Amino acid sequence: MNKKNISFNKFYKLFNILSLILIIISLFLLLVKGLNYGVDFKGGTLIELRTTDNQITISKLRKSLLGMNLGDVNVKKFGNENDFLIKFEKKNNTKNDFIGKIKNDLSKSIGNGFNFRRVENVGPKVSSELLKSGIIAIALSLAAMLLYIWIRFEWQFSLGAIIALFHDIIITLGAFSLFNLEINLSIVAAVLTIVGYSMNDSVVIFDRVRENLLKFADIKIFELTNISINETLSRTIITSITTLLALLSIYFFGGENLKGFSLAMILGVIFGTYSSIYIANPILVYLRVSQKTILKEDNN
Amino acid sequence: MLYFSKIRVISICIFTLIFVYFASSNFFKVDDNFFNKQINLGLDLQGGSYLLLEIDNKPVITQKLQNTVSILRKYFKNENIKYKNLLLKDNDTILFVIDKNQLQIVKEKFENKDSNINPYFPKYKSHEFNLEIIDNQFILKLSKYGLIEIKNSSLDQALEIVRRRIDEVGTNEPNILKRGNDRILVELPGLDDPMRIKNLLGKTANLTFRFITQNTEETFGSEKILFEDNSEEAMVSKRIILSGDNILDAKPRMDNQNNETVVSFSLDRVGSKRFAKATTSGIGKRLAIILDGKIVSAPVIRSAIVGGSGQISGDFTFQSATDLALLLRSGALPAPLKIIEERTVGPDLGQDSINAGIIALLIGFLLVIIFMFFKYKIFGLIANITLLINLFLLVGILTLFEATLTLPGIAGIILTVGMAVDANVLIFERIKEESINEKNKIIAFDAGYVKSKTAILDANITTLIAAIILFLMGSGPVKGFSLTLCVGIFTTLFSVYFIARLLTSLYVTKNRDKENLI
Repeated sequence: MNKKNISFNKFYKLFNILSLILIIISLFLLLVKGLNYGVDFKGGTLIELRTTDNQITISKLRKSLLGMNLGDVNVKKFGNENDFLIKFEKKNNTKNDFIGKIKNDLSKSIGNGFNFRRVENVGPKVSSELLKSGIIAIALSLAAMLLYIWIRFEWQFSLGAIIALFHDIIITLGAFSLFNLEINLSIVAAVLTIVGYSMNDSVVIFDRVRENLLKFADIKIFELTNISINETLSRTIITSITTLLALLSIYFFGGENLKGFSLAMILGVIFGTYSSIYIANPILVYLRVSQKTILKEDNN
Repeated sequence: MLYFSKIRVISICIFTLIFVYFASSNFFKVDDNFFNKQINLGLDLQGGSYLLLEIDNKPVITQKLQNTVSILRKYFKNENIKYKNLLLKDNDTILFVIDKNQLQIVKEKFENKDSNINPYFPKYKSHEFNLEIIDNQFILKLSKYGLIEIKNSSLDQALEIVRRRIDEVGTNEPNILKRGNDRILVELPGLDDPMRIKNLLGKTANLTFRFITQNTEETFGSEKILFEDNSEEAMVSKRIILSGDNILDAKPRMDNQNNETVVSFSLDRVGSKRFAKATTSGIGKRLAIILDGKIVSAPVIRSAIVGGSGQISGDFTFQSATDLALLLRSGALPAPLKIIEERTVGPDLGQDSINAGIIALLIGFLLVIIFMFFKYKIFGLIANITLLINLFLLVGILTLFEATLTLPGIAGIILTVGMAVDANVLIFERIKEESINEKNKIIAFDAGYVKSKTAILDANITTLIAAIILFLMGSGPVKGFSLTLCVGIFTTLFSVYFIARLLTSLYVTKNRDKENLI
């Protein structure tokens, strides 16, 4: 077998600086540009519309919707030529049947060659609750991970893994902000899965670091993390590849509605793999983890 | 330990076969009574409507406080208690002033556990009202539990009415549930246009029959009410002759005399008597029929109606008459309902999602098994067989619990396919490492399994934690995703440690002398 020996540790500093820059850019984007919240979190109405009449164009749709006094209407193509996504954020939709009214008004102006495939209408109260519970869910899972790793390893490992997690989440959200991709309920699910995956990756390498710490008392942690990364490298790569194969298959064949969800996870898996090597491990180095760190714990 | 006893092998096989059988019942219509469960499809896959309704309890609370004020007035009168300034302030506080020497009696009345004015709830250890006395001033506010009690009872009533109205429309297998203390969740599978149900649920259907009056100084008071078409107003007495509660049955009907659609109704005993009495004494007067604060019509009474039935005319189409009859039959809501969340998916989109999901699953599965086969050859094959069985187990368990599969749930299954091989990869890579120094293959394989165990467990538990939190906090489709992810973790661990290990042990013990086994 060819024993891999790549000097990952030579680039710890370089990639840490790169990550720091990416995080700063992402935070800047999140603060200044913000996230493109979908109806789940912002409230409003979403209609997926399919036309059977080729005469209906995006501009015709927009024009007739603008005439209905719905406020800021956003119309875009959705997947193929005949599918459109309509979004608007009309406040005070107190009437229960306003969607029926839109349907009537639309058929008056563009004919009957269309149908509503999907309607989502979320009130402001519900959307703020959904946002709150989404944030709580992510925070809770981070806390639970921190606790679990703390129990299973030592606090240095826990800190390393959590910082790697924050890194992955912040950069993924930064990418969503940069490309103006929509944040909805399923993105929260994707973020939580990223949390699990990234943790999974860090844990496997940490497990090896701990084993090697016990085996080699005289090797410095700087060298030791590199050995451990190399020893687990083929697993890291193979698992990333199979997971990405599955996710790419969802992205390309799973339909329009799973695109954002799978994209978030694809980004998350890439960043997660990178961060478990270049964030989680350098932190062990910076915190001067040694054989004593583990043995001390065992004596207690 | 690579060794498996015969009993263990047999029980693993039986266990696996049972779940394969469970899973297969989703694809073939097996006509037996032994196992006929199936995975439920979520609304996003089968099409349907999800509505979240919220009760506006303000009118109920105001009504409750107004009732209490009149009960108090009666009580003071009966007991000869001198009171001043009895009033309802800001729709949440009742104020009154009591004479100093009678203050103690009233106070005791409120604090008595058998009080009929301020009921005591033993289960909450609290009265309905909190009482505060400053000098002679009584300040009465609903207690926290009093408020909960009111909300709960109005939610129960509303739930019952919502259920009746939806049942009357006759959709298949609706799901109607309470959410919190002021919300109702309605799931209507297969319904792609919920407009009619939304219209029906949006109406309180509070019906009253009251006389139109000219003089404003009637004992009961009077108020101005608009006609339904907003064209004119009329002065209507506050005295209620009949309300919707008195209606036993209602039907839409064609009135042959003037060829218009009307709603005919029949009354209960009490209602019939009151209607007969009012129409006898009120010949020549106009009787306003008021629905949710608007006058539907106000016919002139030409003769006494004693049969306990009547009809409502108005500007009805057959559909609107049918709906009004339905509303009258099912009764009035205690308070208005507002739809605060709606998600509707058409059945064709649902079918498209299922198709896309299955294609993505097949392609993802194929890519992963091709990759694994090229990477590990014979062990790749073992990993692939394990993966296939894992899928059957996953689907089998979801079937056993009749879980609800959603679109993100399908994504969860595909993701499980990608991540499930991880455990086998960890083991195989470890075996490769162990084989470098250990020439005895069986010992090397054993060591590979033992030494990779902590990493595999830790890695899966972290994913499980994320999935469980997602399950607890998530809603609807996202819950489906976390469910498949959770179940996927367990089936992965089972298939890796029992099935893959069994296959590996069979292969290794037969080929122990081969070089470069893995």
